[in-house]
Amino acid sequence: MEILLALVLGTFFGVALNRAGATNPNYIINMLRLRDMHLMKAILLAVGVSSLLLFVGLAVGMIPAAHLSVKAAYWGVLLGGALLGVGFALSGYCPGTALAAAATGRRDALLFIVGGLLGAFAYMITYPQMKAAGLLEHLWGGEITLAQNAKYEALLGAWPALAVAGGIAVLLIVIATVLPRYLFRK
Amino acid sequence: MNGILTWWKAGMLLGAAFFLTVLLVKPIGVSTQFVIFDAMLWDLVEPSLIVASDTVKSGFDSTNAYLAKSGGKYAAAAANPLNYSFIFVLATMFGAWLSSRLGGDRPDAKERVRPAVWVERFGANSSRSRYVTVFIAGFIVLYGARLAGGCTSGHMMSGMMQTAVSGYLFTLGLLITAVPLAMVLYNKGGNK
Repeated sequence: MEILLALVLGTFFGVALNRAGATNPNYIINMLRLRDMHLMKAILLAVGVSSLLLFVGLAVGMIPAAHLSVKAAYWGVLLGGALLGVGFALSGYCPGTALAAAATGRRDALLFIVGGLLGAFAYMITYPQMKAAGLLEHLWGGEITLAQNAKYEALLGAWPALAVAGGIAVLLIVIATVLPRYLFRK
Repeated sequence: MNGILTWWKAGMLLGAAFFLTVLLVKPIGVSTQFVIFDAMLWDLVEPSLIVASDTVKSGFDSTNAYLAKSGGKYAAAAANPLNYSFIFVLATMFGAWLSSRLGGDRPDAKERVRPAVWVERFGANSSRSRYVTVFIAGFIVLYGARLAGGCTSGHMMSGMMQTAVSGYLFTLGLLITAVPLAMVLYNKGGNK
């Protein structure tokens, strides 16, 4: 059953990435250099809408809190994000979109994937050093959210979950809507 | 007409993908599967890498500390390729292929080698430099993603959807380097 869901949901995700333009590095690079905010608007809307639905689903008991999967916060998250940002800007690919782009026939994405497999391998080998350097020490208790939920600690746990998550979601949706598609048209 | 939806349709479709996965199973993540695939290859060359073990939670242990962490969950996933997350990523590739054949974004012969934005900036004879750059970029991206514990899907999209503090931290790190670098790298030159 889980495998069937993986097939259906994975296929849906691949279609969504392709139709959104995320498998096209022109769209990624033009977003990052603040020329064409198409993908930025789409991503902000996607996060806002999915977050709103998720927290409504949790509130009415349609979604079990066990389905949540919050990753730990540590300084390596910031540093790793910054490293990923370098490669993201250079190539216009991130791990998911490179795999999807290669499937649409982009040959440069194949090189990204080979480099990526080596990069992941390098991390497997150097993981003990990163751990010893203290980069993986949890911050603020590690697996923590802003909005209250039944599974993880929340920084704003004293407030109603729907007010916190809903407020952030509405803010993201508003930004997605008012952000001009072309910021600096020359 | 390249099959790419307007921003709000694109956002609704992506949002639906992230919502449906957490509704039915768990949030989307991709970069872990690079480790799982590496581990499968490594285990083929060196079968002693991953071994069944009764003493760890997942039932599989590894001589590699990263594969052995968290009760050997990565070791177990590599020992059993037919697991949800690995199949999900393979299906994502299938979905992108299918979409590109059914009116979605499909690169032409030139685009397949390097994107138009690269040619605009570095000229028509830049295919080799594109390949080298993208190879290095892939290395940096996956090293960074594993250090961070997730990538754009797992941290940025799934993380911020759940209001995870780690998701905001990751997105901040990503934007700090990606935006200035893309502006310096691709806005240089006066052909705009």
